[in-house]
Amino acid sequence: MPTDPSTTGSSVRLERVAKSYGSTTVLHGVDLELAPGELICLLGPSGCGKTTALRCIAGLEPVSGGRVLIGDEDVTGVPVNRRDIGMVFQQYSLFPHLTVARNVEFGLEMRRVPRAERSARSADMLDIVGLSHFAERFPHELSGGQQQRVALARALVTRPRALLLDEPLSALDAKVRVRLREQIRLIQTELGITTVFVTHDQEEALAVSDRVAVMEGGRIAQLGTPEELYRRPASPFVADFVGLSNQVNGRLEGDRVIVRGAELPVMGTPATGGAEVRVYVRPEHVRLGAGSQRGGGQLDAVVVSSGFLGPIRRTIVQFADGDTLAVQHGAEAAYGAGDRVRVSFAAEPVTVAPRS
Amino acid sequence: MSARVPGRPSPVAARIVVAVVGGLFLIPLVAMLEFTLRQTAGGYGLEHWAALFDPENARRYRTLFQGIGNSFALAAIALAIVLVLFFPTIVLVHLRFPRLERALDLLTVLPIAIPAIVLVVGFAPVYRVIGQLFGSGVWTLGLAYGVLVLPFAYRAIVADLQGMDARTRAEAARSLGAGWGTVLVRVIAPGVRRGLLAASLLTIAIVLGEFTVSSLLNRTTLQVALLQVSKSDPFAAVIVSLLSLIGAFAVLLAVSSTSSATRRRARRGGGPFAGALAAPGAPAAPAPVSATAKES
Repeated sequence: MPTDPSTTGSSVRLERVAKSYGSTTVLHGVDLELAPGELICLLGPSGCGKTTALRCIAGLEPVSGGRVLIGDEDVTGVPVNRRDIGMVFQQYSLFPHLTVARNVEFGLEMRRVPRAERSARSADMLDIVGLSHFAERFPHELSGGQQQRVALARALVTRPRALLLDEPLSALDAKVRVRLREQIRLIQTELGITTVFVTHDQEEALAVSDRVAVMEGGRIAQLGTPEELYRRPASPFVADFVGLSNQVNGRLEGDRVIVRGAELPVMGTPATGGAEVRVYVRPEHVRLGAGSQRGGGQLDAVVVSSGFLGPIRRTIVQFADGDTLAVQHGAEAAYGAGDRVRVSFAAEPVTVAPRS
Repeated sequence: MSARVPGRPSPVAARIVVAVVGGLFLIPLVAMLEFTLRQTAGGYGLEHWAALFDPENARRYRTLFQGIGNSFALAAIALAIVLVLFFPTIVLVHLRFPRLERALDLLTVLPIAIPAIVLVVGFAPVYRVIGQLFGSGVWTLGLAYGVLVLPFAYRAIVADLQGMDARTRAEAARSLGAGWGTVLVRVIAPGVRRGLLAASLLTIAIVLGEFTVSSLLNRTTLQVALLQVSKSDPFAAVIVSLLSLIGAFAVLLAVSSTSSATRRRARRGGGPFAGALAAPGAPAAPAPVSATAKES
């Protein structure tokens, strides 16, 4: 967690923040604290409350309970235009009747910054996002990625206390998304601005965040570094949502679980000893070998399909009883449908949940 | 060679249709012009046109010029109501109270759905109170005209508003430090300027063509004065009618060309904001024709 004193951002704190629309509660007392200069992603499926939480921080939605603090200031009742935040939206939200430079200057104009300083700061910021030569163009003359970079420049030029990004890359194509998310991370780190990034794309969240808050049903299901989330998911929901997981049946025995005869260590302390459980196994923790001769801990299976994903392949195998497993392995090992293979499990800790 | 667009007539057929329809519209105008050019002593000349604008006849045509002046003043008042009251209200409902949009949609149809004579019956007691409070100046009619132009102004503005993602733009501006007034004037208004222009031109066209309400509420407007003058000097009445028809036609042409420009820009694809520009003021464009027909 970066706590560099040179950072320009302020801490952001949510204390028991709740939000209801009539009888529907979308945020159930969320607690979250961002250190100055930290980037936290709010990650979750549609309807989990991540955008609502962001809008509560921005002041675009009044909270139904709890407090929002930016720095040491309680901004719960402060209108959005006085919160000193920068925001980038999913939809291109540039003002189409203003040039790129005028769009970037808009926030400075609202703060009554003198014209000369406005122009200089706007030019600097456009330079940072690599669009200085587009200053006199209108938004409709730019691509989607360029527009979002202008939106980012516009949000940052006022040197806000916090930057709020509401799925800023969702409308862009895959390649631009990757490039732009790297650029956002670079600029955010360079300026040291506290940032909340809302996304439903787990790869995006893992790639750019200091920490990720996985949300489920209006609550934070787990808050941790990307690695913690991936390697030690706190719940089946997190295991299932962050990265891919095979769900297989197993039986708990002490601190281990038996899956198809193989013994695997269980993450944390299992609450349901001796019980039949659902086990979440990552595809990269399953090994494949050619042929059908069974060795120690190896199981026979048949390849159903195998997809080439560049550096890796994802192969689906089926056991004699009809259960399937997704396996991730190097692209050099190629399998075809119908190939007989041997399957084994790596001794990596797995997440378990009671079988319903 | 460009391929024919299915469903679109060939250029020749289109020209024939335009010529026939244009001819039908032009015949009464030409007949009116011909009538105004007839000299009292026979033959054709500009005798009646000159008489109308002769300062010596100012007294004779005083009612007419008063009606014209009143109508323009009322158009300005109705325009102010549209821009200062309706526009912010429509934006407010769209951004802050979207659930009320359906009710507002329905409400704004009422002035078209209710016959003018019924409206006047409803207005009468209101105007008794207005008369007691503010007097019976002709400007008070501007309030009734505000109601009459509401359906047309509303449609023109709301069509543009719904096409521009006003909510996100307003939120973006607010997050940058803008107050609601700035959002309205600097962000929303430029986005719906074609809708505002269409609403303004329609308001002017409707007010200049309105007769029933002003006549029944005993106010002298252009149409009321025309009726009065036509009884003693049909030539002057026809000249002013001709000029007002040409004026109204020019206004409607302006409305139509603004909405065509909107569609052209939208067709050109104007980037991701094409949707914002595609909102036509067009649906409202033909409205004043029917409105004027109903009013008179």
